[in-house]
Amino acid sequence: MYIVIIGGGRVGYYLTKSLLDEGHEVLVIEKDAVICNTINEELGSICVRGDGCEATTLAEAGTERADMLVAVTGDDEDNLISCQMAKHKFNVPRTISRIRNPKNETLFKKLGIDITISSTNVILEFIAEVVPTHPLTHLMTVHDQGLEIVEIKIPANAPTVGKQIRQLEIPKGCTLILDIGKERKPLVPDSDTVIEGGEQIIAVTPPEAEEAIRTALRGTEK
Amino acid sequence: MKVIIMGCGRVGAYLATLLDDEGHDVTVLDMDAYSFRRLHRTFRGTALLGNGIDQEALKRAGIEGADVFFALTQGDNRNIMASQIAKHIFNVPRVICRIYDPLRQDMYSTLGLESISPTTIIAGILKEKLQGGSE
Repeated sequence: MYIVIIGGGRVGYYLTKSLLDEGHEVLVIEKDAVICNTINEELGSICVRGDGCEATTLAEAGTERADMLVAVTGDDEDNLISCQMAKHKFNVPRTISRIRNPKNETLFKKLGIDITISSTNVILEFIAEVVPTHPLTHLMTVHDQGLEIVEIKIPANAPTVGKQIRQLEIPKGCTLILDIGKERKPLVPDSDTVIEGGEQIIAVTPPEAEEAIRTALRGTEK
Repeated sequence: MKVIIMGCGRVGAYLATLLDDEGHDVTVLDMDAYSFRRLHRTFRGTALLGNGIDQEALKRAGIEGADVFFALTQGDNRNIMASQIAKHIFNVPRVICRIYDPLRQDMYSTLGLESISPTTIIAGILKEKLQGGSE
């Protein structure tokens, strides 16, 4: 595969190194002359100095024949514009962007960036997995629709335990899709399903209703 | 009209003053409080410290009820990203974006973003001046 990487910082450097080891053809676009020289000396002449958001630089890098563009600079706005240029001007089939602010995930998806990676979210997800009390975990963002799939853990002493789902105020636009009980038996919840302590509920929700669905299922925290 | 201007540089501050004089409800957003010195002392609108590509800052500026959003910072990418947030996340009816790079401006106007490139406009005016001869 031919892969264009925007940003030769630490993420870009090690990514390039690994992709080269796997036998891919890689080209890095980097603004900083010193970083550019280091990459060219250490990894072979594969770094072009320039702005990865500029059409002329991208054209010089042969972006129109790239199978993939990966934007890993430290600025979300630069990564977004590089990916959009690649997609709309050079018809690159796959664009991947690093994001710093997890809130930007929905925007990037809406604007057609194929894959977004937020280290903040990756770390948060890991913490949520090992810390059982973490109330809500993002599982994924549904492409284009501005919806999220989340997991909500019900504490054993939650005020909602013993109530039927019909008795709870599930916010508009949210759907409960899976109820995983203590015996790890998944079932599709309906309005008669009774909330039990220690279970996990998977739901689809618009990002703005996240807090409301968490409160509806777990009750108000004291 | 409720107007949000991102970037209180020369153009942003001047536009803010013009629209404020006409009686519009203007909020200016900038990351540097020192930039607000450019606002005319008669300015009655709001000057707010914040980053226009941060959705929380835009909400504080009242973007949910805004009629117009102008992106006028020095950074093309920041302007483009903020404009797309205003347009696609907050559904602001009118979004106008300054993009210095003519190639970038060309692509984003194809994508439906209302934008102007001062580079092409000023270069065009200067060329006309030259060809029109001296007066």
